[in-house]
Amino acid sequence: MKLVLEKRSYSSKMMHMLSPVIAISLTVVMGGIIFASMGQPAFKALYLYFIEPLTSMWSVQEVLVKASPLVLIGVGLAVCFRANIWNIGAEGQLTIGALFGSSIPIMFADFQSPFALVLMLVLGALGGALFAAIPALLKNRLGVNEILTSLMLVYISKLFLDWIVRGPWKDPQAYGFPKSISFEGWHSLPLIGFGRVHIGILIVILIVAVLYWLTTRTLKGFEVRVIGSAPRAGEFAGFSQSNMVWFCLLLSGGLAGLAGILEVAGPVGQLQPSISPNYGFTAIIVAFLGRLNPVGVMMAGILLAITYLGGESVQIVLGISDKTTQVFQGMLLFFILLCDTFILYRLRIVRSLKLQKEDA
Amino acid sequence: MSGMEAVFLTIITASTPLLLAAIGELVVERSGVLNLGIEGMMVMGAVCGFGAATLTGSAWLGVGAGILGGAFMALLFSFLTQTMVTNQVATGLAITLLGLGLSGLIGSPFVGLPLEAKMNAVHIPFLSDLPFAGKVIFGQDPLVYVSVILVILVSHVLFKTRAGLIIRAVGQSHNSAHALGFPVVKIRYACIIFGGACSGLAGAYLSLSYTPQWIENMTAGRGWIALALVVFSTWIPFRLAVGAYLFGTVWILGLYVQAMGVAIPPQLLSSLPYIATIVALSLISRNKRLSVVNTPASLGKGFVADR
Repeated sequence: MKLVLEKRSYSSKMMHMLSPVIAISLTVVMGGIIFASMGQPAFKALYLYFIEPLTSMWSVQEVLVKASPLVLIGVGLAVCFRANIWNIGAEGQLTIGALFGSSIPIMFADFQSPFALVLMLVLGALGGALFAAIPALLKNRLGVNEILTSLMLVYISKLFLDWIVRGPWKDPQAYGFPKSISFEGWHSLPLIGFGRVHIGILIVILIVAVLYWLTTRTLKGFEVRVIGSAPRAGEFAGFSQSNMVWFCLLLSGGLAGLAGILEVAGPVGQLQPSISPNYGFTAIIVAFLGRLNPVGVMMAGILLAITYLGGESVQIVLGISDKTTQVFQGMLLFFILLCDTFILYRLRIVRSLKLQKEDA
Repeated sequence: MSGMEAVFLTIITASTPLLLAAIGELVVERSGVLNLGIEGMMVMGAVCGFGAATLTGSAWLGVGAGILGGAFMALLFSFLTQTMVTNQVATGLAITLLGLGLSGLIGSPFVGLPLEAKMNAVHIPFLSDLPFAGKVIFGQDPLVYVSVILVILVSHVLFKTRAGLIIRAVGQSHNSAHALGFPVVKIRYACIIFGGACSGLAGAYLSLSYTPQWIENMTAGRGWIALALVVFSTWIPFRLAVGAYLFGTVWILGLYVQAMGVAIPPQLLSSLPYIATIVALSLISRNKRLSVVNTPASLGKGFVADR
């Protein structure tokens, strides 16, 4: 007797919705076990991790601040992954977007007008899109796998950022600290009167709405789904695979770049060697947990933002390494993939082949 | 030791972790599985290796623990991708993210500690005393020899034995291999765990010999470069070795150019291996004859036996 997977005749709608819930529960249980094995009070740690960030006004504001870039990058990646295009270099596109956008406050510090801010955001998106164009070009022209190129570009972009804030763009009055001048006036995002939450959050909500419309109500959205799930059918329908590569990488790169400039013009307020706690990689988890669907991504982004704050609070209160954040994030992706198996398959107990033969 | 000897010695040490991780991945991909979790397996190998060596005082127990650490992550990967037929790309990413986090958590007590149990270089009598080659080739630490032996062994098994033929058959067409009665899933489990063990060994080499300490994320993308190397080698072990030594050279080149006082930003030199990876992948992908012929046809596709 053994357990085998059996293909369902239809994919299960219920598992599709239930899978994230089960994955989150499994992560919480495993997290409790890990805390307990470290000799920490498991329930208290889990409370600090998942509940406490929602109990004070300050931390709710911070959750929104951290969720914004995650959702923005996540919705772009969701479109990519749906089309079976694997952009895993969002972190690099975020970095280059931030650099492009920052050229205005750093090189034209006197250019103060609302137009300057708009220009910064446009340049940010442009920078991210251009950086994502490199893997797109290499994939379409030479057939190079986009996974490895987009990832290598992350390392290159971070080293470039490190060089520029220690070199040409260093603030001369920073007493040797590697950072640019602070962005002020129209070079930083106006706050909306709710903690550090800035107008970026409105942009994020707008973009989620646009992408929801794009993926569910337009031909382009249909094309994405067809090419992703049945590339041959897409070919017969006349959809171009290489146009899809361009579309997905430019879109997700542009959104990651926008997230980058929103970070440096918002909560960070300047360029410095590190501008993102791996938002670009965490957004991969956000996309999967959110069912590759813009509205789902929004909810998943909030949950992953909580794991950042939760990691900080267990570090402060219990003195546990803030690396727990990454462990929780990794486990979430691990369990969501595990649970997703049951969308297409069901478990069945079969008796061994030998016994079946004897029966016959 | 002369300057040239030192250069060659450091090139070999910088190439070894790439070679160890890549030769394991080559076997995995020959069996038709795309494992993007190498970086996570490698970093777990590094932390388990350093931790065990520090706690037990034995470098060799550290090496063993590194292998186990990598193999454990590979077991998780194979359970998901083989038993639960999950998407291999996404699962590989999950293993990498999990490995980076978990290693940081396990390693936090070891940050900043010096390694007490060092690995000694092996001196082969007579050969080590040869001029030049003696020091460069025959005065290395034991894992360097292990990497070379592994390449020869893998090449022999894959292309000269029945077991290798079966592995390649599974990688070419899992349905045909299944129809012939080969246990596809079990064979892939074995290959993935072998690959994970090699990645773990590569990680242990980093934390026990290359830079004898534990630093968070100390693999610095080497796992990903190993993946690129496998593509670059067109899945052939000896080409893989050549590629690994080329990349080791690029890695070291930066350090020497810097030491010579050339006015190039150090960040540009540090980014050379990553730039070289992109260039190498572009060059090899242009050559369709080399890259397509050897690509395992079932690479990255999930397999469920039809009963």
